[in-house]
Amino acid sequence: MSHSHPEAHADLEAGEFGPDLGEVFGPRQADGGPELVQLLTPEGERVEHPEFSFDLDDEAIKGFYRDMVLTRRIDTEATALQRHGELGIWAQLLGQEAAQIGSGRALRPQDYVFPTYREHGVAYTRGIDPLRLLGLFRGVDQGGWDPNEGNFGLYTIVIGAQTLHGTGYAMGLQRDGVVGTGDPDRDAAVVTYFGDGASSQGDVNEAFIFAASYNAPVVFFCQNNQWAISEPIERQTRIPLYQRALGFGFPGVRVDGNDVLATYAVSKAALQRAREGQGPTFVEAYTYRMGAHTTTDDPTRYRLSEDLEHWKLKDPIQRVKVYLTRNGLADQDFFDEIDVEAEKLGEHLREGCKALPEPRILDIFDYVYAEGSPEIDAQREGFAAYLDSFETAGGHR
Amino acid sequence: MTATPTAPAGTTDQGRVITYSEAVREALAEAMSADERVFVLGEDIGVYGGAFGVTGDLYHRFGAERVRDTPISELGIVGAAVGAALAGMRPVVEIQFSDFTCQAMDQIVNQAAKIHFMLGGAAEVPMVLRAPLGSGTGAAAQHSQSLEAWFAHVPGLKVVMPATAEDAKGLLLSAIDDPNPVIVLEHKLLYRTSGPVPEGAGRVPLGKTAVRRRGRDVTIVATGVMVQRSLEAAERLAADGIDVSVIDPRTLSPLDDAPILEDVSRTGRALLVQEAPGHVGFTAEIASRIVESPAIYRLLAPIRRLSGLDVPIPYAPQLETAAVPQVDGIVDAARSLMKDS
Ligand SMILES: Cc1ncc(C[n+]2csc(CCOP(=O)(O)OP(=O)(O)O)c2C)c(N)n1
Ligand SMILES: [Mg+2]
Repeated sequence: MSHSHPEAHADLEAGEFGPDLGEVFGPRQADGGPELVQLLTPEGERVEHPEFSFDLDDEAIKGFYRDMVLTRRIDTEATALQRHGELGIWAQLLGQEAAQIGSGRALRPQDYVFPTYREHGVAYTRGIDPLRLLGLFRGVDQGGWDPNEGNFGLYTIVIGAQTLHGTGYAMGLQRDGVVGTGDPDRDAAVVTYFGDGASSQGDVNEAFIFAASYNAPVVFFCQNNQWAISEPIERQTRIPLYQRALGFGFPGVRVDGNDVLATYAVSKAALQRAREGQGPTFVEAYTYRMGAHTTTDDPTRYRLSEDLEHWKLKDPIQRVKVYLTRNGLADQDFFDEIDVEAEKLGEHLREGCKALPEPRILDIFDYVYAEGSPEIDAQREGFAAYLDSFETAGGHR
Repeated sequence: MTATPTAPAGTTDQGRVITYSEAVREALAEAMSADERVFVLGEDIGVYGGAFGVTGDLYHRFGAERVRDTPISELGIVGAAVGAALAGMRPVVEIQFSDFTCQAMDQIVNQAAKIHFMLGGAAEVPMVLRAPLGSGTGAAAQHSQSLEAWFAHVPGLKVVMPATAEDAKGLLLSAIDDPNPVIVLEHKLLYRTSGPVPEGAGRVPLGKTAVRRRGRDVTIVATGVMVQRSLEAAERLAADGIDVSVIDPRTLSPLDDAPILEDVSRTGRALLVQEAPGHVGFTAEIASRIVESPAIYRLLAPIRRLSGLDVPIPYAPQLETAAVPQVDGIVDAARSLMKDS
């Protein structure tokens, strides 16, 4: 094992508790292994793959570049806001931009997304104003965007639960008759995101079973960022994750999660299968969590910095930049304009975040039940009277 | 946490003060040193030292086999612990947030709690499940609940809520000794509080209610972090000439109700404080024990319950604070009890 902290996770090393992981995974897992679908190398070279190809033009690649830069900006800006006490917490996506933009851009408007807490890039592709995400992390709401506006569900923090929601939603699409009609504007699919750690949850495995059993139009998109807080991927699995799909009865693909062309191509193919009624696909986007788990975490406690250095060479944005520059597809003006746009986005977030309306105390009682409840109404009244008994109450309500 | 006026049993030396979190760790370390069969398992408890830092350096002291980072599956963790317990081990599970016991409910409620009964006593499930509960840390609706009443409702489970550092250690040691599955719910806000835990402090028996303070006018019964808040309220009430008892059941199941009934019979007033939503909460059980006993004839005022609102814990700090009892609310409730009688 190359990448966990030397004294950490000793039982995962060869011998003590089982086979040498090298025997199971092959020699150099840190690069994703030979099954990895890659269309743009870390050095910015386009390469062919027998099954998957990127079918958009260079303009689209420039668009992806812009998307990834803006997504990274959302992330760094939110991280900074948290550091300044403006957000309670933030879950960074640094390093996972290509996985999120490639898959997000492969969606059609009618497709539906069930995210974890880290899919800020996917949210961006669904047209959700990132300020709405900040509202959740600032605590001024509980995640209250309308999921039906961009077909983008609630951030799910209890890990794995959303994969079942996605599967059920996909079963609903079948009942709605919007799967396999042959009409590209109608046929719909679901993508549900989850992490390598979540892959150990019963929910996720049961979602696989249901999706397979009903041939549901759902893409299980796993961002294997190598870590579940402090636990390395080897704690969750002894075979490459995508290979699990086979046992459940649907295809699994491992894609270079830092290659936006490949994540787009693979997601597009998987979504198309789903929309056509051919059932679920497991996509393992092989990537790396460059940042901390969240802003409250300190990854130097459990992993090596040289590992991070290794992954920096595979940066998802840099390789696209190299490709565009080397092939004369974009000049300095192009990059400068995007930087200016990112600057503006940052400003929007900084200003907007501080201006988000604070919730009022009596909001506590809202939305506990659809249509309210007489008991909760009574508690609200009692509480209002209690607040009124203080002179300062007006300010709090 | 400040010293409690009534020193818990077995205290010989008030000298050493440690945090609640250190006290839990000390209990784990002592139990593991004393008994080969004891091991701990959970998420991020190894090199990371636990999401709340409770296991700390135990991984380095006891190794990966006895301080086990598990795959991210609470059902798996508890189920494996049940199996290990059946094999004669003494597993101590850490669930990262008590909210995620929801993932493990079958193993806790249908399995751990029932196996001894269904086997006619032929096997025991001596496991402990520790988990942080409660609000106050800005962790929002799915990471802040107080679900103690759920567990206390299940025959076969013992349920413990330590409110002081000394109890955090002593009750955990007793829980590890106990031949039954024991759920130990540690309040997140208490982890960093400190209290006297004398060197060599040992077991605090399960099923023994503690009287934290003895007063004349009102009996406050409180659990978890509400014990400390009630003690603070007691100081303020004392300044007003209202003299209250503060009683901490410590073990919710089995419940030692005698000291509560006795105290209520003396004061004639009961104020029952919990963080969890009031509806079908644990203090409803206490209220019912009072009215089902002769203490009812001594009541000078209706029993008063002060609980969390019947809402999910909100994220915004000012809303979160408003959703559960605070010291002010306890003081007000005690005063109004005095007025009502
Ligand atoms: C059911 C449940 N158990 C534990 C947690 C605590 N927790 C939050 S994130 C996390 C790790 C998740 O890792 P992974 O699925 O790989 O996603 P990543 O954070 O790497 O994106 C854990 C254990 C949780 N939120 N929900
Ligand atoms: Mg992960």
